[in-house]
Amino acid sequence: MNEPTSILLFFVSCVLTNNFIFSRFLGCCPFLGVSNKVETSVSMGLAVTFVMTIASLFCYMIYNWLLVPLEITFMSTIAFILVIAALVQFVEMFLKKSSPTLYSALGIYLPLITTNCAVLGVATLNMNEGYDLLYSVLNGTFSALGFTLAIVLMAGVRERLESSHIPECMKGFPITLVSAGLMAVAFMGFSGLFSSLM
Amino acid sequence: MNLRISTAPHIHHPVTTQRLMLYVIMALLPTTAVGIYAFGLPAAILLAISCATAVLCEFVWQKIAKQPVRVNDLSALVTGLIVGLNLPANAPWWIALIGSAFAVLIVKQLFGGLGDNFLNPAMAARAVLLASWPVHMTSYVVPTFFDAGVDAVTAATPLATAAQNAPAQLMDLFMGNIPGCIGEVSKLAILLGLVILLVTRTVTWHIPFTMVASVFVFSWVMGADPVYAILSGGVLFGAVFMATDYVTSPMTPVGQMIYAAGIGLIIVLIRNFGAYPEGVTYGILLMNIATPLIDRFLPRKLYGYQKEAKQA
Amino acid sequence: MSEERMSLGKVMKNGIITENPTFRLVLGTCPTLAVTTSAINGLGMGAAATFVLICSNFVISLLRNFIPDKVRIPAFIVVICTFVTMVQLLMQAFIPSLYDALGIFIPLIVVNCIILARAEAFASKNTPVASAADGLGMGLGFTIALVILGSIRELIGNGSIFGANILGASYEPMLLIVLAAGGFLSYGLMLGLFNLITKKLENKKSRKEAEEA
Repeated sequence: MNEPTSILLFFVSCVLTNNFIFSRFLGCCPFLGVSNKVETSVSMGLAVTFVMTIASLFCYMIYNWLLVPLEITFMSTIAFILVIAALVQFVEMFLKKSSPTLYSALGIYLPLITTNCAVLGVATLNMNEGYDLLYSVLNGTFSALGFTLAIVLMAGVRERLESSHIPECMKGFPITLVSAGLMAVAFMGFSGLFSSLM
Repeated sequence: MNLRISTAPHIHHPVTTQRLMLYVIMALLPTTAVGIYAFGLPAAILLAISCATAVLCEFVWQKIAKQPVRVNDLSALVTGLIVGLNLPANAPWWIALIGSAFAVLIVKQLFGGLGDNFLNPAMAARAVLLASWPVHMTSYVVPTFFDAGVDAVTAATPLATAAQNAPAQLMDLFMGNIPGCIGEVSKLAILLGLVILLVTRTVTWHIPFTMVASVFVFSWVMGADPVYAILSGGVLFGAVFMATDYVTSPMTPVGQMIYAAGIGLIIVLIRNFGAYPEGVTYGILLMNIATPLIDRFLPRKLYGYQKEAKQA
Repeated sequence: MSEERMSLGKVMKNGIITENPTFRLVLGTCPTLAVTTSAINGLGMGAAATFVLICSNFVISLLRNFIPDKVRIPAFIVVICTFVTMVQLLMQAFIPSLYDALGIFIPLIVVNCIILARAEAFASKNTPVASAADGLGMGLGFTIALVILGSIRELIGNGSIFGANILGASYEPMLLIVLAAGGFLSYGLMLGLFNLITKKLENKKSRKEAEEA
């Protein structure tokens, strides 16, 4: 199969079929915590996409060009988390200096992203799946776009639920989780999509 | 009677929820009748169980939650009926029971009742049943039409066999002489229902027509037989009775058309490239989820009803 | 609240009931949703997290006066990560089946918010023994919640608990509950039920107090 088609299929797989939230449970904390407004969800999604893309790149390089030659792959988790923490810090400083508008939009979410398991998750997945450099970076970007899709849809639903007569005991996390469950049921429709072509 | 439908701009003239639901039930009657005629007693029993469960669940919930009991707005009955019509005729009785209970209690009442649910209860229940008991939910029987002496034969839906065997005849598809869910077999009865809904102005043309057109066009683009695509499976049934649910579809005509076109696209994608033979349920659910965003990002000036605007 | 006088029992009760990480604080949702497909997976995850919590709380409390405030979060993460790697290697060696079942969620214990939150909120301000007790309490609270959720999901979705068939051969399991969507649904419904019961109990208590007064 030619490269563009397989990249397109990979995109569908990351965004729809194996959505980080609805089928892999990665990044649930921000998904549940920062999904009450559409605008903030879009910002969060963009910030995560940004960080996950470069984190995939750097973690790939650290793992394959440093840990593997030195035969210390058992250190991968600690190396990845330090890379991610440093990257987030660096991105924050860089944005603050170079693009104050983008910083004011994404700024408050960046520190949260260090402990977003989606970022460490994608680095670990890339390692486990043995993706090459291109696919590691693509996996980071596409999975983050899947996360963005999920959180923005969720925010739309939650804005709507604000005017609903939800029973007292279900308000907040419980109804958000039930909504996420029902959304995951709908996303099951995408299971196996294009798998016959892959 | 208190009108508790939040998306009020749909309703052109002041009618009560009860009246609206009565129209929907009237429109569902031909389909129900043909379903019972085609599949016999088992279908009638399933429908009775699903309707009774839905009404009972709504009643009990409203009693326990100390809410005013609104069972006579008939919305629970409609949900129960549609859940039942979405089942294969030989499904076990408890499937109908669990489906209706899930639809009314979890998809509807947990979110605050009629008007507050973001998914169509019957569709969500069907997706849950399909994921939980895939074998029961996909073994269809060939209609017997009370043909004595013929035992019920299990068969795959024409959609599943289309690839391997000779596809069902278009006329059989149209009249309902095919295996399938209780409610989706006869397209003639569904179209009769559509006429009733349009004449009583319960629904407008936007959603059903756009959805069917979308399935037609996308199937054609992807090289499938477009006529076969719209007559097989649950496309017509979904377009007329499920996609048009006021509560879970966009408010503006333009929004409704985007929504319906999206459903059509997802159906064709799932049918041709997905793991499931049919995608109507998922198409409707996924676009239900996108509905708040569609309403949010469409400019409000496209909202209006042009006729009223001219009069004003 | 002076940490010296706070009894260890109270610290533990706090973690298990008052501030239960899963049902009260709703922290660590990713592993909660992902591993509770069976009771044994829930127990394994809970035990691994408890071990990391106790050790990291203890060590961070020991080091609390030496870690400069500015780099405390990276320092905490390094400590936590060390213990997570230990757990990972131990599980891989001794219980490979559980290691495979929990998969990516073992290394992800590092970013489990419960652990970092306890390091920041408790261990960096309290004595090593109290911190270890806090870790044990929080860990047990997390484990109990995971086992309850895992048992319920396994019972409905598979008809068994800890692999022992409960509902008999004629029960047709509701597969959805052990799938991803079922995780969200059952966790949400359990939280709602938990809220309802807590509120009922509080109402009863306040009514009793009102009667006594």
